[in-house]
Amino acid sequence: MNYSEKVMDHFTNPRNCKKMENPDGVGTVGNPTCGDLMTIYIKVDDDVITDISFQTFGCGAAIATSSMITEIAVGKTLDEALEISRNDVASELDGLPPVKMHCSNLAADGLKAAIENYHQTHQQN
Amino acid sequence: MYLDNSATTKINKEVLDEMLPYLKDEFGNPSTLYSIGRESKKALDNARQQIANSINAKSDEIIFTSGGTESDNLAIKGIAFKLQNRGKHIITSEIEHPAVKQSLYFLETLDFKVTYLPVYENGIIKIEDLKNAITPETILITIMHGNNEIGTLQPIEEIGKIAHENNIVFHTDAVQTFGKVEIDVEKQNIDLLSLSSHKINGPKGVGAIYIKKGLRLVPIIHGGGQERGIRSGTENVAGIVGFGKAAELACSNLSEHEEKLSKIRDEIIEKVLDKIPESYLNGDETHRLPNVINFRFKAIEGESLILMLDAKGYQASTGSACSSKTLEASPVLTALGLDPVDVHGSLRISLAPDSDNFDIDDFVNVISESVETLREMSPLWNQDTDYDEIMKRK
Repeated sequence: MNYSEKVMDHFTNPRNCKKMENPDGVGTVGNPTCGDLMTIYIKVDDDVITDISFQTFGCGAAIATSSMITEIAVGKTLDEALEISRNDVASELDGLPPVKMHCSNLAADGLKAAIENYHQTHQQN
Repeated sequence: MYLDNSATTKINKEVLDEMLPYLKDEFGNPSTLYSIGRESKKALDNARQQIANSINAKSDEIIFTSGGTESDNLAIKGIAFKLQNRGKHIITSEIEHPAVKQSLYFLETLDFKVTYLPVYENGIIKIEDLKNAITPETILITIMHGNNEIGTLQPIEEIGKIAHENNIVFHTDAVQTFGKVEIDVEKQNIDLLSLSSHKINGPKGVGAIYIKKGLRLVPIIHGGGQERGIRSGTENVAGIVGFGKAAELACSNLSEHEEKLSKIRDEIIEKVLDKIPESYLNGDETHRLPNVINFRFKAIEGESLILMLDAKGYQASTGSACSSKTLEASPVLTALGLDPVDVHGSLRISLAPDSDNFDIDDFVNVISESVETLREMSPLWNQDTDYDEIMKRK
């Protein structure tokens, strides 16, 4: 598998890889049978993502995209964060091998699921 | 440290030295009559004898090919086309190399019927299943000698005996076992045998098929009638010379290599299983190649593990779908009845005779640290993760 230097950097030194205590939103996407399972945790203050972390079971691309989205999303409003696409994540990593674009590029979906979970659990706002 | 010798091996220096003249001045076509052609012919004859000696065959029973894949194709299609008037049923196992499996899938499109014998948890077929699968239509049994992923050895001597009692041809793919464990085509009741050069420190692009005297195959490559008309095309003289030398070297020290590699293999297995929680050995514990180990580790994915090991200087491979071209999980590990999630966590380590000079403790530590790092990242490893809930997503 030919990964870019950026993918290898995020794989080798993943950013914000930890389980978050008392998150405001949690999203899990993927399927372990297919080899990728990703959980994204967010802390939200005044509609802004103030903290974000992940846990991932998966290949190099799955781990690198998880790590990358935590860097892209932190400090963004929830609406801005929902705009982040799979392609945005891939291009920030200087591209992914074509076979990995579909299966392992789940981070944007994970973030959306976490935001959805936040809205569901904080409906009073 | 290169530990993926089931994928391919480094060419041996002695092998390369034998080959070089045939890539330079000794360029003659072995089919020509003048001296330089006769020199090439002599070199071919010598290599043919070296291969024959290493499997207890006669030199006129050896046909050179482009490798293991071609040998498997020729054996299976060649015998199927030859004997199709007698019957169109073939028996194989669930864990054959793609060269065998895809050849059989092709024959199925031509109305051949194929029985795929299960291998059970230890990766070995049951003789009873084989006996039960035989019909009056059965013309060929093709079951590999040693598996390329888990290293499990099949009881080929017994399979061959049953084949012959039923007047059925027996082919075995011995690409992984040649030069690793003893092969004796007489004793092991083998009619057709596939061999490859680059798995035994020889060059790539060359292999051979053993065809028992008296047995006839329909060729699959037609042309100028080289290799007694069974495999046309001007011979890869340098490659064949290298293959002959590699076979001679591998097989002359067979028991010494076997003993040395088994010791390293067993030490790695013992230390890994001891040090890493939730780690398991895939395939049969005793009926296995001296040089192949296949582990699985709970809650991690193999491609990540391979990348981490590589970063620390160790090259190995995995059966995880994520590392394959087709994104399909290893059919071999799946045939063992493993959960697909566990197939993702597999690691294959394969040794060569020159893999005796490395620090096993360091290697085991590196595996252990890498598995631990990946588990810390994995939501499947969390004590409080509801694994059953996640698995319902299947």
